[in-house]
Amino acid sequence: MKLNGAQILVDCLKSEGVKHIFGYPGGAVLHIYDALNACTVIDHILVRHEQGAVHAADGYARVSGKCGVSLVTSGPGLTNAVTGIATAYSDSIPMVVISGQVPSAVIGSDAFQEVDAVGITRSCVKHNFLVKSADDIAETVKKAFYIATTGRPGPVLIDITKDATIAEVEYEGYPEAIEMRSYQPEVKVSAEQIAKAISIIETSKKPIIYSGGGSVIGNASQALRKLTRNTGFPITQTLMGLGAYPATDKQSLGMLGMHGTYESNNAMHDSDCIIAVGARFDDRITGNLEKFCPYAKIIHIDIDPSSVGKVVGVDVSIIGQVNEVLNALILGLEAKKLPNIDAWWKQINDWRLVDSMAYKTKQGVIKPQTVIETLYEVTNGDAIVTSDVGQHQMWAAQYYPFDKPRRWINSGGLGTMGFGLPAAMGAKLADPDLDVACVTGDGSIQMMLQELSTMLQYHTPVKIININNGYLGMVRQWQEFFYDKRYSMSYMDALPDFVKLAESYGHIGIRVEKEEDLKPALIEAFKQKDRTVFIDIVTDPTENVFPMIPSGAGHHEMLLAGRDDMASTNDSGLNLV
Amino acid sequence: MRHIISVQLENASGALSRVAGLFSARGFNIESLTVATTNDPTLSRMTIVSVGDDNIIEQIVKQLNKLIDVVKVTDLTATEHIERELLLVKLAVNNDSQSKVESQLDLYDAKIIDASEEVYTVELAGKSQKINDFINAFNADEVLEVSRTGVTGVCQK
Ligand SMILES: Cc1ncc(C[n+]2csc(CCOP(=O)(O)OP(=O)(O)O)c2C)c(N)n1
Ligand SMILES: [Mg+2]
Repeated sequence: MKLNGAQILVDCLKSEGVKHIFGYPGGAVLHIYDALNACTVIDHILVRHEQGAVHAADGYARVSGKCGVSLVTSGPGLTNAVTGIATAYSDSIPMVVISGQVPSAVIGSDAFQEVDAVGITRSCVKHNFLVKSADDIAETVKKAFYIATTGRPGPVLIDITKDATIAEVEYEGYPEAIEMRSYQPEVKVSAEQIAKAISIIETSKKPIIYSGGGSVIGNASQALRKLTRNTGFPITQTLMGLGAYPATDKQSLGMLGMHGTYESNNAMHDSDCIIAVGARFDDRITGNLEKFCPYAKIIHIDIDPSSVGKVVGVDVSIIGQVNEVLNALILGLEAKKLPNIDAWWKQINDWRLVDSMAYKTKQGVIKPQTVIETLYEVTNGDAIVTSDVGQHQMWAAQYYPFDKPRRWINSGGLGTMGFGLPAAMGAKLADPDLDVACVTGDGSIQMMLQELSTMLQYHTPVKIININNGYLGMVRQWQEFFYDKRYSMSYMDALPDFVKLAESYGHIGIRVEKEEDLKPALIEAFKQKDRTVFIDIVTDPTENVFPMIPSGAGHHEMLLAGRDDMASTNDSGLNLV
Repeated sequence: MRHIISVQLENASGALSRVAGLFSARGFNIESLTVATTNDPTLSRMTIVSVGDDNIIEQIVKQLNKLIDVVKVTDLTATEHIERELLLVKLAVNNDSQSKVESQLDLYDAKIIDASEEVYTVELAGKSQKINDFINAFNADEVLEVSRTGVTGVCQK
């Protein structure tokens, strides 16, 4: 069958099972748009900015577990997409981004809307391709989806020249399978390493499971629950891992790291056996490496060998699909006598009594923590919550206990302000039956506001919870602690009237200034099943995120709320900021 | 420690820049890098000389393996191996120095591949150390121009 390159591309996407593409047209992709126009099984969502397209595809992927797809034009289309691609790369999200490129004959001539897409994205994609011939499209698309979704997932870019989309060639259909000698994502779990891990676990007295984003992305939630329950061990989860293990379960110690709970961080510090599951010892987790887990033997389970030993030396590494490794571990432990850890639990329960998540309420102001707790109540803890980046992100992670994976959607690795709103749109399309809340801040929301328009057009009703503290709060907090309260550029003057703004985009806007109005407003908002509601909530402008490990400190040196001996940080700590 | 890392990778466009980009993005050092296709025209072999402690070399090997185009990575330094580098050097000669220069060439088994009245262009292949020694055997004002290929190597077995 003779088809042009664009038609081949669309057929490939169809065969790959793609249902949604988030994109924005332009000269270099007009043929592709023409072919898409003739396709009835793929819905194209016309965003308002390419960064929004990629974040939406990302949110869609995080919720559905499928590969997100986005389509942008050459030049500025591609450069606008880069932040989204880097965001997905940092959090290992499966995604295929297709960008148009100038005709192959003029590549390298500084042609109109030409950028070196492959060069620009090289360090923030799992892999990328430049396709200059229609003959290569089918195989490249097959490879791209294969690479994006297997092993440690990640974004793959396909840059296609315009002439390749125009040329008519013989098309033999989408390849069924692909072999790549240079890419073999399947790894067999080493029985020897499992045995080594078991011997450490058997003799431990203070074990802890430290689970990360890999447990969510690797669909290992069931196995993680089973391992945790079978062993009776405490479990702590990273910002990216929340929900893989139910936060409301008694074995869960909550989040760890910079803004983690007292019990999690102290348990990590005192532990003699850390089982790291799909976690990568990020600097927001470890704090000062010299003080990190001084007594522990570390077992590291990861799909990516380069994660192992990158930051922290480990005693046993087990490479493989997190799910498979956990099941092997569960099986291996069944015949073993597990250590008695009653004394360890007693110690942990003593730490719990510190109640590190407690916060003081104040007459006449709404505390941001209360907003999240109320959101939890109103949604019965069963919503998808996307977030932007800042204090509100930490509060959402701390005060909305997630019991299921793929419910907490945030940019943990790159920390991209602007992620929350388009991600919420993608999330809603991935799971229309669930309530979707976007927890955002007065700074972040203004980075991708234009997507409110897309959300009207495609009927993706979400509830925007704007924690309006009038500040770039996270920046302000650091300036308060570490820069002697010199508030340089962290105040948000001249904020828009968010209610009118929401209304002008065709949505509902509600402003909440008094605490007694908070719950009724949220109830009312979530009743509006078919509408996007922007709830602008004026919160305490001075509130800070606690607990906190100041940079440079160890896990046992946390700062708790309501204490006067405020943060001190040393020079090496400031470097980590 | 100095390591020689041999990388077999797909002979695809952009493969070299992926490797070079990886080294600069992650702050790994490169002393030399050579690349050419192999007897299999779809494969290139790249030989990289880098200096770093064991942890860094381990990360370099792992990160190289992670590149989709990379088929195989071998740390040659960890096994029995042969390494060679090619030097082209222009040496100034005059009546006074000629015999001394020529005896050095003999000593190192270096070959004159082009000669004019005042300049010899000399070729020498060998381990990097030998090439360093050879260059150092001359006075600074005798060495007019140096061009080295960087190390290439193979496993002995
Ligand atoms: C694109 C981008 N630019 C800058 C930053 C640095 N940054 C991190 S948090 C933050 C403040 C966010 O303010 P807001 O959205 O109001 O959230 P708040 O901290 O007040 O809850 C900034 C500027 C970032 N993470 N992303
Ligand atoms: Mg704010």
